[in-house]
Amino acid sequence: MILPRAPYICSNCTARTTRVPLRRAWRHSQLPSRSIWQPRHYSQVVQDDRPIRVAVVGSGPAGFYAAYRLLAKVDTAVVDMYEKLPVPFGLARYGVAPDHPEVKNCEDKFTEVATSPRFNFIGNVELGTNLPLSSLKPHYDAILFAYGAPKDKELGIPGEKATRNVYSAREFVGWYNGLPEHRDLAPDLTAGENAVVVGQGNVALDVARILLSGVDALRKTDIAEYALEELAKSKIKRVRVVGRRGPIQAAFTIKELRELLQLPGVSFDPIPKDLFPSEDVMSALPRAQKRLAQLLAKGSTNDPATSPKSWSLDFLLSPECLHWSPVYPYRLSHVKFARNELDPANPFLSSAKVTPKYLSSGKRAEVEIPANTFFRSVGYKSLALPGLEDLGIQFNEQRGVIPNDGFGRITTPVNTGENQQLPDGSLISHLPGLYCAGWVKRGPTGVIASTMTDAFTTADAIAADLKTKGEKPPLLNSPGQSTGLGWEGVRSEVEKLGLRPTSWADWQRIDRAERQRGEEKGKVRDKFGRVAEMLEVLS
Amino acid sequence: MSFWKEACLSLRQAVPRSRETLCRSPSKRFLSTSYAAPTSRFIGSSRVPVTVRGNILGSRSWKAPEAGCRSFSVTAGVQHGHITPPKPGEEINITFIDKDGVRVDLQVAEGDNLLDIAQANDLEMEGACGGSCACSTCHVIVEDPDLFDKMEEPSDDENDMLDLAFGLTETSRLGCQVIMSKDLDGLVVRLPTMTRNLQASDFEPKN
Repeated sequence: MILPRAPYICSNCTARTTRVPLRRAWRHSQLPSRSIWQPRHYSQVVQDDRPIRVAVVGSGPAGFYAAYRLLAKVDTAVVDMYEKLPVPFGLARYGVAPDHPEVKNCEDKFTEVATSPRFNFIGNVELGTNLPLSSLKPHYDAILFAYGAPKDKELGIPGEKATRNVYSAREFVGWYNGLPEHRDLAPDLTAGENAVVVGQGNVALDVARILLSGVDALRKTDIAEYALEELAKSKIKRVRVVGRRGPIQAAFTIKELRELLQLPGVSFDPIPKDLFPSEDVMSALPRAQKRLAQLLAKGSTNDPATSPKSWSLDFLLSPECLHWSPVYPYRLSHVKFARNELDPANPFLSSAKVTPKYLSSGKRAEVEIPANTFFRSVGYKSLALPGLEDLGIQFNEQRGVIPNDGFGRITTPVNTGENQQLPDGSLISHLPGLYCAGWVKRGPTGVIASTMTDAFTTADAIAADLKTKGEKPPLLNSPGQSTGLGWEGVRSEVEKLGLRPTSWADWQRIDRAERQRGEEKGKVRDKFGRVAEMLEVLS
Repeated sequence: MSFWKEACLSLRQAVPRSRETLCRSPSKRFLSTSYAAPTSRFIGSSRVPVTVRGNILGSRSWKAPEAGCRSFSVTAGVQHGHITPPKPGEEINITFIDKDGVRVDLQVAEGDNLLDIAQANDLEMEGACGGSCACSTCHVIVEDPDLFDKMEEPSDDENDMLDLAFGLTETSRLGCQVIMSKDLDGLVVRLPTMTRNLQASDFEPKN
């Protein structure tokens, strides 16, 4: 209900004012003395004493770390964080594996950021879908895109789109982590003993570990309850994680590998020796690569004879097509892979390329791997948020990133006048007041620590831009065009659209409810799998 | 508009609604002040002022009255700052060299780890995983190789995380895994700079 003329009583100081509560975020005591009592014309110029309003799109690690740094560096900044789900934390909540609770400790820091009076969380508002991006523009001085990578790359092979026994690892991860979007994935893990994961990143290893871990080991984690039930029924005993390149080029990190190699009751197929470089080449590798290669060569100490489950890393194979059983046409039977060869000039470079391997007959070398369940895990993919083009942003579809200058300032091929000279003398053009951080900035790679560094870089760029002395800072709107209201300006539109935004206090209620549900089941938390369930807590 | 209707509307505005994000209720408002006062940061160690360090939070505070809200490091210090004050005569000297090259000399007690010490003293060190050796954000570089050799060997888990650290060196450690002991008296550690240089791959084909 909008009451433009209703008398307003400030709930903090109980003073009555006839003004519409424009900036309720600010306690009167904190405001410059003149501002609250006199009607102000916000549309005049950007005033020194009014806060810098920054919208952050996305509440994952990138958004939170950027907000954290920005709030610490710019003490006039007020950050409004928009999130499409009613709950925050993005991939920290829905991507980090449930058996890695220590990685989720970053949420403590995010929670601390959210207690700042200069921070507002606005959940359950999907920008670009149910609220146009353009409705943000008049109220903000800067917008930071940190919405990550909401889709995943496809293989483009026949059979990939099958609805049974063929899954995207991203969706599977979302499913066992309780992401509402994939609540109804219902993967069938009872089709047979063999699972094949294509892709050799950490997501692939996460999927393998969840499939191979005993259900009892997962029971105390915050894994979704329905996922536990399905995993308990799983018949999968063997997981093959297949990559198109060699062990030196694999994308997973050593921690995830070590974990899988140490999983009780799970053996590991030794990797053929010829895939590794000679001792002296190995010892000359950079430290991280060397340790990873040594661990791969060492393998697992678990005895295959006594281990009920097993896994393997299969290298130099590219998937060609999926095959279904001739007897039971709805059952996946095997996957056909084509063999690859590493560039013979530099086979042990981390950036080594592969070429197709041909037999002496001239035919492509192929291999069939039995598979009853298939996962593709070849990387996440960022998408353009609908409405980006209204802000002048030309999303780079090919790289799946928002074009930026490496510091997070969004760039455009159109000359905006906000130019920066590069070390090589060429000019790039910035879109003033528009920034990006995280996976949408540099592509979907890296761990939380890399996203943190990256988000800090962007926040530092924003802070540096805001402190531009002598000339006007590059804000989103030219002086006089911004209301400077931030969320207070957007709120009326959100309410007009009939949306139900969630606040940080709302999230805390959902959080408490989830923890309570979890406590009853003896786990850390039991997530709500559906948005409606989350909102029900608040009603 | 009748008197009652108007009164009700006023009341409605006056009572914070559950979905009220912005108008923080009084209890919430003092959340930040319920943290320990900023001075408590120095409880755990006596800080020898070497250089006046630039306040990254800036001096022109928009909200000067509420000291507790100004700095996150204050809260971080409190959160992770479970460090014990050194007993007289048992202080261990440690020097941090921060990202700007500024040396901070501290006297700490035996048994505290470098992450806690750094956070309690408002140094710019993150501990994204809360000090559980599951990230690489508390990476430090030991300046003296001899002291590095005196330390206990890093575990496999620590080395695994260090592999992912920015600017890894031969004498890198994770702050959360280095526990202060008498042997490490005079330890000097550097916080790696995380600044990133522009790379050609950062740019689109330029127009």
